[in-house]
Amino acid sequence: MKQKIRIGCGAGFSGDRLEPAIVLAEKGNLDYLILECLAERTIALAQKRRLQDPTKGYDPLLERRIESLLPLLIKNNIRLITNMGAANPVAGAKKIIEIARKQGVIVSVAAVYGDDVFTHLSPDTEAIETGKPLQQSGELISANAYLGVEGILSALQADAQIIITGRVADPSLFLAPMIHEFGWTNNDYDLMGKGTVIGHLLECAGHITGGYFADPVKKPVADMDKLGHPFADVFEDGSAIISKVEGTGGVVNLQTAKEQLLYEVINPHEYYTPDVIADFTTVFLKETGENQVLVTGGTGKTKPQTYKVSVGYKAFYLGEGEIAYAGASALARAQLAGEIIEKRLKPQFPDLRIDYIGSNAIHRTNFGDTSTPYEIRLRVAGKATNAADVAIIGEEVEALYTNGPAGGGGVRKYVNEVIGIVSTLIDRQNIQPQIQIFES
Amino acid sequence: MKLYEIAHSRAGDKGNTLTLSLIPYDESDYPMLCSAVTADSVKQHLSAIVSGEIIRYELPNIASLLFVCQHALLGGVTTSLAIDTHGKALSYALLEMEV
Repeated sequence: MKQKIRIGCGAGFSGDRLEPAIVLAEKGNLDYLILECLAERTIALAQKRRLQDPTKGYDPLLERRIESLLPLLIKNNIRLITNMGAANPVAGAKKIIEIARKQGVIVSVAAVYGDDVFTHLSPDTEAIETGKPLQQSGELISANAYLGVEGILSALQADAQIIITGRVADPSLFLAPMIHEFGWTNNDYDLMGKGTVIGHLLECAGHITGGYFADPVKKPVADMDKLGHPFADVFEDGSAIISKVEGTGGVVNLQTAKEQLLYEVINPHEYYTPDVIADFTTVFLKETGENQVLVTGGTGKTKPQTYKVSVGYKAFYLGEGEIAYAGASALARAQLAGEIIEKRLKPQFPDLRIDYIGSNAIHRTNFGDTSTPYEIRLRVAGKATNAADVAIIGEEVEALYTNGPAGGGGVRKYVNEVIGIVSTLIDRQNIQPQIQIFES
Repeated sequence: MKLYEIAHSRAGDKGNTLTLSLIPYDESDYPMLCSAVTADSVKQHLSAIVSGEIIRYELPNIASLLFVCQHALLGGVTTSLAIDTHGKALSYALLEMEV
């Protein structure tokens, strides 16, 4: 058993930059690299791609990420754990094998699945958010349970160097190698809590190195164009030092760590994952050097008897139109345009949303700020059950060119299908994580 | 003075729930923030944004507060018609608050 392992996180969402992971794999001296690429809705969109082509449904950037990383993983003997399998981990694993063969590389890849519960989830199950049967939200397209560490642990024990999963709780991607390397037991809930805290701090990658943090006035961060992604030296007692590769941009300090510890936490006394109910209020953070934060404390109690399931459904089509005004009376002209649109479209679109970008569109208020902006952009949004109906919104905004207030320019119009997400719970007994190993 | 002068914040989302941390630059300001920035005062400040309950959690170990705001994202990230569906920009709405 090891006393210390180093785990890096090279992606915090599906569309994240590619090169921070390469820097970590090249210069980070890592034991493990994690790529977290699955937001709440990503898997529902991936499921749509899989339905169109059964060999797809994994992360669209998988090929690019693996092609550049694989030689470094082999050279530096790093194990990769990623949820880039999305709606089709087995197809993702086969694609990695194909890339490895092309590169002439010998590697063992494990697909972890069993999260897809679409076929054994009743559409009459109640959604947590609505209190109504799932199918009342709309046509259901996907249902994936958030799995814990179990499947990944089996793959680690089977000596897979690359582990590609579907839906797994983000911190579990990090906790699994700690359990594997330190010989922790799954029912030592304090250790599960500590490992979950470390995973939570790392899972959003650039979030703890100064991304989604920097403020040039109050929180300046250097060299954000080459922001480094984080790694943690994790010790067998569940403490860790968070840092980043020397020479990369960004910063790891008490402030970035505090912001990330509380990010998306809805109850810091009880942070639910499939592995543990962790207590974040017992965590201590301390700066121990430049770009070094020591994480200690963190506790846990038991694990939930249910898995959370994210269910994707076809919600509606979103139509949007935008037009801009600038100079004297810009806001007044934009408001006139908004009134015209409201009179013409409100009867058909009762939820019609009219935003004045530059004034109160982003915060949905401006706290009474009456200063006049030099430029303003009108944005109109509405929804309908089909694409043709919502296209009218952009068309009406475009027609303001010749029928609306003076000096309106820069029209853009959009139509997009919107996939909604609701959740439900499923008994642990009903789900068996599975693995399949492939060799190049 | 605005909260922006003495504290920083990060917004997060879970469904239709918005989370806002509030972290003083100087940890010695933490007791003052605890007494001045209550769940009620934040509810009042964010009345145009948050329509549900606000719960405040205190984390003395890291001298930080966390506000968990229900019904704050016009239905939530996947189905909101707003521009900022996640509410990622809303940390700076909290920092507009006068103390």
